[in-house]
Amino acid sequence: MHLYATVAASGFRRHATYRVATAAGVFTNTVFGFITAYTYIALWHERPHLGGYDQSMALTYVWIGQALFATSSLMGGGFQDELIERVRSGDIAVDLHRPADLQAWWLAADLGRAGYQLLARGAVPMACGALAFDLALPASPATWAFFLLSVALGVLVSFALRYLVVLSVFWLMDGTGIVAVSGLSTLFFSGMLLPLNAFPGDLSAIALVLPWSALLQVPADILLGRHTGGALAAALAFQAAWAVLLLGAGRLLQSAATRKVVVQGG
Amino acid sequence: MPDMTALIELDRVEKVFDVRRRTGPLRRERRQVRAVDGISFTVPAGQVVGYIGPNGAGKSTTVKMLTGILTPSGGRLRVAGIDPSRERTRLARRIGVVFGQRTTLWWDLPLRDSYELVRRMYRIDAARYRRNLDRCVGLLDLAPLLDVPVRQLSLGQRMRGDIAAALLHDPEVLYLDEPTIGLDVVSKAKVRAFLRTVNTEQGTTVLLTTHDLTDIEQLCRRVMVIDHGRLVYDGGLDGLHAAGDSERTLVVDFERELPPVELPGARCERVEGPRQWIAFPAAASAAPLVAELAARHGVVDLSVREPAIEDVIARMYAASSTAPA
Repeated sequence: MHLYATVAASGFRRHATYRVATAAGVFTNTVFGFITAYTYIALWHERPHLGGYDQSMALTYVWIGQALFATSSLMGGGFQDELIERVRSGDIAVDLHRPADLQAWWLAADLGRAGYQLLARGAVPMACGALAFDLALPASPATWAFFLLSVALGVLVSFALRYLVVLSVFWLMDGTGIVAVSGLSTLFFSGMLLPLNAFPGDLSAIALVLPWSALLQVPADILLGRHTGGALAAALAFQAAWAVLLLGAGRLLQSAATRKVVVQGG
Repeated sequence: MPDMTALIELDRVEKVFDVRRRTGPLRRERRQVRAVDGISFTVPAGQVVGYIGPNGAGKSTTVKMLTGILTPSGGRLRVAGIDPSRERTRLARRIGVVFGQRTTLWWDLPLRDSYELVRRMYRIDAARYRRNLDRCVGLLDLAPLLDVPVRQLSLGQRMRGDIAAALLHDPEVLYLDEPTIGLDVVSKAKVRAFLRTVNTEQGTTVLLTTHDLTDIEQLCRRVMVIDHGRLVYDGGLDGLHAAGDSERTLVVDFERELPPVELPGARCERVEGPRQWIAFPAAASAAPLVAELAARHGVVDLSVREPAIEDVIARMYAASSTAPA
């Protein structure tokens, strides 16, 4: 276990090395936060209580989205592109030589990355948003704690989904298409564009049970105090169930992939 | 009872790949490529073996089967008594692998942090880690590089860093896939000297694939040549010359210009003024030729040139590709 803690720590440090990239990311998230916030203000002016959110909650939702955008990889990315490149180039051979589990290794690295992103690209835009707008942030430390737990589960689901995308490249040999499709699906079905509750009827019902809702919709609703008591436990269980299911699928696909592996080049 | 001293054993090992090729808008043709076609050999512990062959001969495929990344299509394969493809992770703790063209280090991390990850991955205890790291750092001049991120290292520096990473857990077998590729003369010499030290001091068994025959000449007493997935030679470097019908050359300076000299068992290759190049089989002795020449003509000076191993191997590749498959 010690090994994976070290891997996570190095994932954290690795992203901390790129200070300019972090600053650029914080800037982008803040700017997009403002743009989206004003769009939501216009929308909620026309449709007050859309999706059951008042304007203050809707604005809070915007800034939670910006805070989790990098943390939970709401448009894909993270370890994904790097590992796909390793599969394509054959550098994956090096990883397979190691006495370590491929999935656990990259999960640890991604958790380290997510931890750093939450501190750097999560906290700063959220603080900017809180200064500029009247946000509906909870006072209770317990709500914040459940929110962080929910974010952690969301990162697990996000990793598991992206890991499946990577494994598909063992068969597809080119990840461009599937990366684009999964990135857009994540953006849409996580609730990054609009809260899933605000979708019309059936689409909303479907979107809320898909795994992507575990990335943003569920943690946001927990912070906004929409899940309490039994509903809170059910929301966390929903995320955990998707995490277990998708990580398990990743394990199965991983063993199939390594069995059939044709290492590229050399 | 298996031979306990044989660390690597291959018995008629095969690897067949299915290659699909487009033959029309919708049609695909399936073709089988025998990358490794029935190879058998054993390597005893402590030996340094050169594994050479032209591009696409099946060298890397063999190494990948030996490390367990690829599963053989047929035959039996054991490394340190372990079936690599079945117990890849257990075997990984007992072998070291260096790919000349890939790095096992972490691009963004300083060398020291990469080694720390290796230490945890292979569960190397602190004392052993200290000892091995100090030894590698000393022998490979890594001290000034330990705090440099890997992406900033030169190719030669990175390669030294990679070799050290592969040896921190005291592997019994070290696979080196073109460890000197792209390196300058000084870096190559450092790498070779280090490998020699590791082999003599630790008794590490080394399997070396390379296109640089100087690596082989300086490190290996045994050479295996593979071509078209088959072993075409397995023996000492000297035997390679005999097997490749190689010739030595006598360069003679006569007192005056002469017509090409004719000697039994030798032929004149080239004439340039009073100097002549006379080729004779590498296995034959030069002494009777020299005596004969000196008896017949006035000889000012002479020297014997050994055959270049490149030529020998090139002739062997050519021979194996024209031989019926």
